[in-house]
Amino acid sequence: MTDAEELRSRTRRLLAEHPPATTGRTDFLKARFDAGLAWVHYPVGLGGLDAPRALQAVVDAELAAADAPDNDPRRIGIGLGMAAPTLLAYGSEDVKSRFLRPLWVGEEVWCQLFSEPGAGSDLAALGTRAVRDGDEWVIDGQKVWTSSAHVARWAILIARTDPEAPKHRGITYFVCDMTDPGVEVRPLRQITGEAEFNEVFLTGVRIPDAHRLGEVGDGWRVAQTTLMNERVSIGGARIPREGGMIGKLATTWRERPELRTHDLHRRLLDLWVDAEVARLTGERLRQQLVAGQPGPEGSAMKLGFARLNQAISGLEVELLGDEGLLYGEWEMRRPELVDFTGRDAGYRYLRSKGNSIEGGTTEVLLNIVAERVLGLPPEPRNDKDVAWKDLAR
Amino acid sequence: MKAQTDLLYSETEDDLRAAVRSLLGDRAGHQTLLDRIETDDPYVPGLWKSLAGDIGAAGLLVPEELGGQGASHREAAVVLEELGRAVTPLPYLTSAVVATETLLGLAGEGAGPVAELLASLASGERVAVLAVPFSTAPHPAGAGDGDLPEGPVRAVADAVAADVFLVRRPDGLYAVPAADAVVTPLTPLDLTRPLAVVDPTGAGGSRLADADAARAAVRRGLLSGAGLLASEQLGLAERCLEETVRYTRERHQFNRPVGSFQALKHRMAQLWLDVVGARAAARAAADALATGSPDAPLTVAVAQAYCSKVAVRAAEECVQLHGGIGMTWEHPAHLALKRAKSDQIALGSAGRHQDAIAALMELPAPA
Repeated sequence: MTDAEELRSRTRRLLAEHPPATTGRTDFLKARFDAGLAWVHYPVGLGGLDAPRALQAVVDAELAAADAPDNDPRRIGIGLGMAAPTLLAYGSEDVKSRFLRPLWVGEEVWCQLFSEPGAGSDLAALGTRAVRDGDEWVIDGQKVWTSSAHVARWAILIARTDPEAPKHRGITYFVCDMTDPGVEVRPLRQITGEAEFNEVFLTGVRIPDAHRLGEVGDGWRVAQTTLMNERVSIGGARIPREGGMIGKLATTWRERPELRTHDLHRRLLDLWVDAEVARLTGERLRQQLVAGQPGPEGSAMKLGFARLNQAISGLEVELLGDEGLLYGEWEMRRPELVDFTGRDAGYRYLRSKGNSIEGGTTEVLLNIVAERVLGLPPEPRNDKDVAWKDLAR
Repeated sequence: MKAQTDLLYSETEDDLRAAVRSLLGDRAGHQTLLDRIETDDPYVPGLWKSLAGDIGAAGLLVPEELGGQGASHREAAVVLEELGRAVTPLPYLTSAVVATETLLGLAGEGAGPVAELLASLASGERVAVLAVPFSTAPHPAGAGDGDLPEGPVRAVADAVAADVFLVRRPDGLYAVPAADAVVTPLTPLDLTRPLAVVDPTGAGGSRLADADAARAAVRRGLLSGAGLLASEQLGLAERCLEETVRYTRERHQFNRPVGSFQALKHRMAQLWLDVVGARAAARAAADALATGSPDAPLTVAVAQAYCSKVAVRAAEECVQLHGGIGMTWEHPAHLALKRAKSDQIALGSAGRHQDAIAALMELPAPA
């Protein structure tokens, strides 16, 4: 069993053998991976030491104190948070050793080919086809809302392999090569003027069967692993009071007394309280995770932040008066990273509209809370036992 | 190492909760309450003795050397969660929290009348009530710090249960035997928390502290009361949600459980989110009070501003989503609604607490 003391000394040894000051960033990250200190709860040989997940904090603290470079987790969030746990759970030994190291180091960026124009909240209705051809699969279809597609080397993909089966049962999960000539990535411009997402057109894309994850027809279950890990990765860091959007609004309030009205003051305080309670809720969730008592509160965080971000940024635009009539710039850019609190209040207002849609709409997440947390009965359904090809669309 | 703010429940707290819940379930079910609330004495006989004496809940805030349990606001908050869940009429918040904490603010002097009174409160042998209107906020903007009105004090909670009143007079804080004051019961919105006009004029009593010490001690008592009231509100909200979920799973209309309709599910899911927030806020307040954090006034104000609204919303949703049965006297939903609505005013309304936040966080109103 690996304990905190051993991890600390291993980390110090890594730092001694590869001093961050004189080692290239990528070289250091590779050495860290090979020392099993990338994600300590992963298996030996795959960047980990089979240690308890909570002990990662010991390693991170040592590395931060030594000013060691990190793998810029925000840039490779889909790889770390979604692709990696799925590769670990369902990949062959070859697949795991081929993909996990460059993924963690950040040499290879990953994206996620799940949503389609006709399959948003009802993801299992997806229609992108995968047809077997010898040792390969041939993919045809269209995906949408794919962040990082234009910089990604690999994608996790779900596609329909059996149109005769009910929708949840005819899906298979693959690793897709984004450099395949049949992959075409087009920017998708959104209401902010930017294009942080893409449409991805797949035409005769060929995937070796060795890059299938899980059994044929079992892709929905495999995708649950991916999506479950998306939720776990929320709530990692401690947020300071007035962190996030409320801090911007409070600062504007303090610095601009001429903008104040009684109505705005009352609404500011309402939102300030809600934001502080959301912060405490996140902190409580974090403490539950550290104590090994994960609760369903994670789903509360996303719902709460969506509503709050929208309300806070909306109030800020209103508070700004004449300035609220303006917008930074409408030029179409393709940012690699998205900062919800970046840019001006108008941008924040528009971007936050997506917070209640992306990663599960507020309406769907409320259903999930109602059914899975509160145990309320599901809506009657008429799509569960119908062949996918016979569904209305 | 202890986290900066501990927002979880300890095993001891879980055990205490189980003991209190079991006691209230056995002795103070809602039918028992309905049978008593229209009488002169809504308190269930013997229940205070069981909670205060047998479980030791009245002395949680009092150090062992002064005759208490030497626990903290965190444990008292758990007791209040349970009292809120069951909407129990007991002078816990008023005597074991507000009055006790006020006296603790004066207890530095060791033996003497304060210590003696504290010991009798901690054992549950006596009940003391701070003679201020139940709406008094702990912050400077509230009535607690203003001029002291002479004469009768309106809407004092649990006055009819008091053996002793703590009375602020211009020259300090007095302990006044309840028998010497004129107590005139009022008809409260919340029948589970009796209110009365208390007139201590000319009732004498013994002086416990001078004016400055009294002001600080009363502030401290009210601050603890407001902070832990958030836990009562949390417990009440949680119970309302549970009952609503239970009922809408069973109740069928249109050949379906009504709880399967999204229009209802979303309302209950939203309420659950609010309760999750209320728990974090109430725990933060209890922990800040327990550790004597300098952040306590802000954390308490946040908890009150948030939890008082959540409790009212939960009780209102409980009535609405129960449909017709929720409107009847026979169903307990109205007990929760009346308690939640009164708690919204108790120890400072949300607006008063927001004013405190504005001052503490330098978010001023327009000039």
